[in-house]
Amino acid sequence: MTEKHLKEGYYFWSGDVAAAEGAIAAGCRFYAGYPITPSSEVAETMALRLPQVGGKFIEMEDEIGSIAAIIGASWTGERSMTATSGPGISLMNENIGLAVMTEVPLVIVNAMRGAPSTGLPTLIGQGDLMQAKYGSHGSYEIITLYPNNIQEAFDLMFDAFNLAERYRVPVMYLLDGLLAHMYEKVYVPPREEWEKKIIRRKRAREGQLPYQPDEDMVPPMPLIGEGYNIHATGLTHDERGYPDLTPQAQEELVRRLNEKILKHERDIWKVEEYLTEDADIIVVSFGGESRAVKAGVNLARKEGIKAGMLRLITIWPFPWEYITKYSADYIVAELNYGQMYHLVREYSDNDVYQLNKMGGEIHTPEDVLKRIREVSS
Amino acid sequence: MSQMTDMRKTEEEWLRTERLPHVWCPGCGIGIVLNAFLRAVIRRNIPKEKMVVVSGIGCTGRTAGYVNVDSFHTTHGRAIPFAVGVKFARPDLNVVVFSGDGDLFAIGGNHFVNAARRNHDLLIIAVNNFTYGMTGGQHGPTTPTGAYTTTTPYGNPDRPFNIPHLAISLGAPYVARWTTYHVNQLQNSIYKALNMKGFRVIEIISQCPTVYGRRNSMRSPMSMMEYFQKNSVINNKASYEEMELTYKGKIVVGEFRNVGGIPSYEERYEEIIRRAQE
Repeated sequence: MTEKHLKEGYYFWSGDVAAAEGAIAAGCRFYAGYPITPSSEVAETMALRLPQVGGKFIEMEDEIGSIAAIIGASWTGERSMTATSGPGISLMNENIGLAVMTEVPLVIVNAMRGAPSTGLPTLIGQGDLMQAKYGSHGSYEIITLYPNNIQEAFDLMFDAFNLAERYRVPVMYLLDGLLAHMYEKVYVPPREEWEKKIIRRKRAREGQLPYQPDEDMVPPMPLIGEGYNIHATGLTHDERGYPDLTPQAQEELVRRLNEKILKHERDIWKVEEYLTEDADIIVVSFGGESRAVKAGVNLARKEGIKAGMLRLITIWPFPWEYITKYSADYIVAELNYGQMYHLVREYSDNDVYQLNKMGGEIHTPEDVLKRIREVSS
Repeated sequence: MSQMTDMRKTEEEWLRTERLPHVWCPGCGIGIVLNAFLRAVIRRNIPKEKMVVVSGIGCTGRTAGYVNVDSFHTTHGRAIPFAVGVKFARPDLNVVVFSGDGDLFAIGGNHFVNAARRNHDLLIIAVNNFTYGMTGGQHGPTTPTGAYTTTTPYGNPDRPFNIPHLAISLGAPYVARWTTYHVNQLQNSIYKALNMKGFRVIEIISQCPTVYGRRNSMRSPMSMMEYFQKNSVINNKASYEEMELTYKGKIVVGEFRNVGGIPSYEERYEEIIRRAQE
C-alpha cells in the first residue's frame, strides 16, 4: 500500500465518490461492478483509486457476475464491495441469497433511482427499501444502511464494512439518485483516527468448524488458502458446511441466520431523532428525502405545531423501538407508493399517515408542512 | 504396498471420504473425470492449500462437495465469476472451475464468454453429458439436434454449442476435448493444463445413461462408452466444422489449441497497479 495515495483533509465530493472513498478508508480492497446510472461514479472512483492503494478493480460482464466475484474475493479475506442501481440490484438478488446462506461479508451499494424497470435512471427513487431485505428468495435478515448527506455517505462506510464482518452478512448500502450526484464538503480525518475504527474479521478457534457459531451466533470465517479445506454451499448445510437436506438442519440454520442479526438489532440500529421529545407528530424519513422533511418540520415548528423527524439510518433490521417509544402520530414520507409506512403502522399505537411521491424529485418543505398541517388539525 | 494402493491412499486425502457415497448415479461419467483430475493434480504436486475448486449447480456442480480442498458450490451458472473473484484477489492460488455444460454454457454462458475474453487464469473442467441430469433429463445447450429428452419429446429442434470452437474464438490459450473413454489422454491433458496460464478449457463428453442414454437407445453405461469408443476420432488439427457434435455422429477429440505467452488478466492488472502507483 502506498501511503501517498491515502487521503485526508477536506474534499468536495459527490455521494458516489464519498461512498467509494469511505469504502477505501474502511479497508475495502476489492471491487467488482457493472456500470449503471446513478451509481457509475462509484465504479469510476474505485477504478482510479483501488490500484493506487494496492487494491483490485474489475468491471464484470453484468451485475450477476459482479456480486459473484466479490463473494469469491471476500472468502480470501479482502473487504469487498460492488455498487449498482435499478435493474442491477434486481439482478444481484440471486447471489445476495448465496452470501446470506454461506455467510459472506459484503457491501453492496444501491443508488436508488425511479422505478420499476428502467424507470428514471438519473432521478431519485426510494422504491427498493423492501427489496433490500426481501429481494432474494427465502426468509432471511440482512443489514441495510442509508445516509442522508455526503459526509455521512463517507463515514457510514466504516459501519457498513464493520457490520458485514462482525455478523458475516451482506450489508446493503443505500444511496439515491439525489445523494449519488449531489456534491458537499467532506472531512476525511487523519489515517490513525479512522484506522482505529476498522473491526477485523474474527478468527476461528483451533478445531472450530467453519459454520460452528460462537456465543453470539456468528461463526468465525476461515479464509481460502490457509489449509482449512473450506466447503461452502448454498444448500442447507451443517456446521462443517456439508449439505444436510433435512427439516432439522433447515430449522437450525435458517433460525440462526435470522437471529444472529435480530438478537443484535439494538447494537446495529442508528437513527437521527430531531425535535421528537415533545412532538405530537413525527415524520419518519430517510435518505435524500429527509433533508426536505427536516426543513418542513422546522416550518411547522414556526407555526407552533409540535412536529419532529425520525430519520432511519438503519433501515434493516427495522428500528421498531424508536416507533414504539413515542406516543405521537406518524407521517411516513417516502418516494414510493408506501413501503416503510407498513412497518411504522405495525409498531405504532397511534395514527400513521402517508406522504408519498413516486420518485423523480423529493418533496418540498412546503409539501411536508402541508401534510403536517392536515394531520394535526 | 502396490502402486495402485499408494495412489488410492493419496487420492483419498484429496477426497472428503466421509461424504461418500456420492450423489451420482451408477454408471455416471463424472467420477471418471474427477478421478482423472485428482491424479493429474497429485502428479503435479500441487499443495492442497493452493488449490481451490469452484462448481456451479447440477450433477457436475456437486464435485466441489467431494474434493478435500477449499471448495465452493455456488449458484447456477455463477461458478466462473465467483472463481474470477478468488483468482483476482489471490493470484497465487490454482483456481479450477469444475462444472457441467448447462451450468457453464446456458445460464452461465455470458460469464464463460467474458472470462475467456479477459483471459482469466482459470482451468475450466466442463463435463458435457448432453443434458440437465439433476432435474431429470431436459435438453440443454449441448444436446445434439434430433436427440430425445424430456423437453424434446419429438426430437431436439435446437442446435448445440460447439464448445472448443467457442473457446478458441475467444482466444483461450488451451482448449481440448476428450470423452470419459479417454481416461489417460484426459489425465495428461489436465496435467498439462495445470501448468499453464490463462483461460484453459477442457470439455469432457460424459455419459448419462440414467436420463439421457435411456431415451436415446443407449440405456446402459456400457452402451454409451461403446458409442464414445467407436465414434471418437483424435484429430488435434480438426477444423471448426469437424468439432461440431451431431446426434450419434462422430466425436472429434484432441488438443485443439495450446499456445503460451498470452498474458492473463491477473498479469495485466499487475501493470495497472504499477502505473497507478507511479
